[in-house]
Amino acid sequence: MRNFAALFVGLLFGLGITVSGMINPAKVLNFFDVAGSWDPSLALVMASALLTTAIGYRFVFRSERPIFDSAFHLPGSTTIDKPLILGAVTYGVGWGLIGFCPGGLVPALGLARAEPWIFALALVAGMAAARFVRTRLAEPKSATQGTA
Amino acid sequence: MTEFTPVEAIVGGLLIGLGAVMMMAMLGRVAGVSGILGGVLFPSSPAGWSWRALFIVGMIAAPAVYTLVLGHAPPFEMMSSSTALTIISGVLVGIGVTFGSGCASGHGVCGLARLSPRSISATAIFMLAAGVTVFVMRHVIGA
Repeated sequence: MRNFAALFVGLLFGLGITVSGMINPAKVLNFFDVAGSWDPSLALVMASALLTTAIGYRFVFRSERPIFDSAFHLPGSTTIDKPLILGAVTYGVGWGLIGFCPGGLVPALGLARAEPWIFALALVAGMAAARFVRTRLAEPKSATQGTA
Repeated sequence: MTEFTPVEAIVGGLLIGLGAVMMMAMLGRVAGVSGILGGVLFPSSPAGWSWRALFIVGMIAAPAVYTLVLGHAPPFEMMSSSTALTIISGVLVGIGVTFGSGCASGHGVCGLARLSPRSISATAIFMLAAGVTVFVMRHVIGA
């Protein structure tokens, strides 16, 4: 049941992205091009999605637990640290170059086009590289640190 | 050039929001695409792999369902045909969402709806960075 729910929710989420135009890189880039061919559609997408989610969450969190799990799994961290800031900058620059964010990309993989798959391979390489570096950074510092 | 499409934007946003709410109500999870995709590609344990994979499968199936219902494929246009730029962009997005712990869906929709300070900061930063990048690419470099 949980798997079926995930499939259905994925389809619904993907349909929202497809209908809204977030699947279309040109539309995404035109939203950011305030100084040129500005297309404000994405502001309405964000506002509509955010409002629906904010209201819906209020009702959902009245329950003690979700339907198919024993507890809610919410990101617990509240610290605004350097990885968050630098990661967001890097992501924003990458997003602005072509117009694909992960949410827009995944449904685009279902179109019969090569570009989303090329982007996806690069995305996976970037994720793998970042995970590798993050694991390295998390390892205890070696003896060289003692000199400071 | 793309047209302003307010109706599609509001209806699409509503569906995205409903998806995010149902995700929390049924699975108790944030509907963050980069996090779920990361969990499929780099699983930390076998538990929880199948629902993540099926969520991604559902998303990939969306354009087919859209085409079936509306009788035409969704509008899709690349502004740049450069494969090199597509690859650079993909790598940057991959690195960025990993260190930044999320993307437009996880931080921009679910995180903002929860008023998470991390998500509010991340969303402000990546929206600004994307805006500056588009400005530089189009109006400074002229690509």
